[in-house]
Amino acid sequence: MDENLKAELSKQGIFATTLQELYNWGRKSSIWPLNFGLACCAIEMIATTMARYDLARFGAEVFRPSPRQADLMIVAGTVTKKMAPQVVRLYNQMPEPKYVISMGACAISGGPFKQGYNVLKGIDRFIPVDIYIPGCPPRPEALLDAFMALQKKIDGQVLTGEDRPRHLVKSEPSEYIIPEFGPHDIQPTHNPGIWQAPSLVQITPAVQAGTDGTRNTEV
Amino acid sequence: MELEILKSEIEAAIPDCRLEIVPNPAPSAQHSLRVAPEHGLAVAFFLRDSCQFDFCTNVTGVDWPAKELTEKIKVKQLVDGEEKEVDQVRKTTVPGSLEAVYHLYSVERGLGPLPLRMRTTDRESGVHLPSLTSVWRSAEFQEREIYDLYGIVFDGHPDLRRILMWDGFEDHPMRRDYVEPDDYEYEPTAHDEVLARAKEHAAKANTV
Repeated sequence: MDENLKAELSKQGIFATTLQELYNWGRKSSIWPLNFGLACCAIEMIATTMARYDLARFGAEVFRPSPRQADLMIVAGTVTKKMAPQVVRLYNQMPEPKYVISMGACAISGGPFKQGYNVLKGIDRFIPVDIYIPGCPPRPEALLDAFMALQKKIDGQVLTGEDRPRHLVKSEPSEYIIPEFGPHDIQPTHNPGIWQAPSLVQITPAVQAGTDGTRNTEV
Repeated sequence: MELEILKSEIEAAIPDCRLEIVPNPAPSAQHSLRVAPEHGLAVAFFLRDSCQFDFCTNVTGVDWPAKELTEKIKVKQLVDGEEKEVDQVRKTTVPGSLEAVYHLYSVERGLGPLPLRMRTTDRESGVHLPSLTSVWRSAEFQEREIYDLYGIVFDGHPDLRRILMWDGFEDHPMRRDYVEPDDYEYEPTAHDEVLARAKEHAAKANTV
C-alpha cells in the first residue's frame, strides 16, 4: 500500500493497514522471554527487567516460568556440556514463533571458558540464534539494543514468498536434536544441520601490479 | 615451630603414625602436615576433638605425575688400569600419586589454616584414601568433586558420585594427562597451545 495514501487516509480518520503489519506489530510488541538464566549474564538480564532499565517498555516484562508460554529464549551465561541438553529441550518445548538471543561471550562462543573441559563452544551449535550480544557480561543497554534489533527483525518479516521466516516454512524443523552424554563428550558435539565450522579466510598482503611484473622478470 | 609441637602431640597420641611436615618456602610459610592414609581418620579425629580444629573450609586435589630425575654422580672406575672418578648420569623415576589437601581451621583457638595432606600410592589402581566426611561434614561435596575431577576414591564416603560432570563420563579432567575431546574445528583467535591444537585438527581433517 502506498505510504502517502495511507498517511492521507489517516488524516481523514481512516486507518488502513495490512495483515502482515498487524501480525508483525502484535508479535514484536509482546515478546515474552523464558524465565531462566545460566550465569552472571543473568544478573544483567534481571537488572534489565527492573525499574531503572525497564524492559516492560518493549512489551517484554512478562518472564514466563514455562517454555510453553514463552516466545523468546535469552541464553544468558555459560552453557556447560552438562546443561546443553536441558537448554535444547527447553527450546524444543517452546511454541512457534520462537526467537533466541545469545547473550554474552559464553553463550556466543564459550567465551573466557572456551577451552574448558565442560563448556559448550556456543549455543548456536544446537539451536538457531537470532541476535548475538557480545560482552562479558553485556550491559543492560546492550540487551535493550538486542531487543530493539529483534523487534526490527520481526517487523521486517514478510509472511509469504521465499523470504518468509523460519516458523512459516513447513519443511523447517521446530525441534532440534538433543545431545546425549557420552563417555568423553556430548554426542553429537554440534548439530550439522544448523552449524558448520566457518572456514577461516587467509589474508595475504596485496601486491601492486607494477612491482609484481618487475619482480617476475628478475626471477 | 608450632607445627612441630602439633606433630609431636599427634605422634604421642597415635603410636606408629607416619607424619611428615611439608615445608612451604614461600613468604606465607604455610607449612602443611602429610599423614599416611592408614592413619588419616585417626589423625583427623584427634585434630578435631583434642586440638579443636573444628572447621574444614576447603578440600582440594593435586595430581603428581610420575617424573624422571636425572642426577650426576661420581663413580670410581678402573680406566687403563688406574682408578679414576668418572661422572655418570643416573636416572630414577619417582612414581606418581594423587593428593588430597584439607584446609583446617580452629575457630575455637583462632588457629589455621592447617593444610592436611594425604597421598595415594599411585595414579592407576591404588587411588583409595579414607573419607574425612565423618569428621568434617563440609568435606562431603568437596570429596565428591575430587573424585570427579581427579579420580581419588574416598572409602567410607556416604554418597560418592560425580558432582560436576555427568554420570557415565569416564575421564578425570583435572589430571595432568587428561586428553580433551578434539573439538578445535573453529578457533578464530587462536594462539599458543590452542593454535597448535587447531592446526593439528585441521591437518587431521584434511587427511580424512
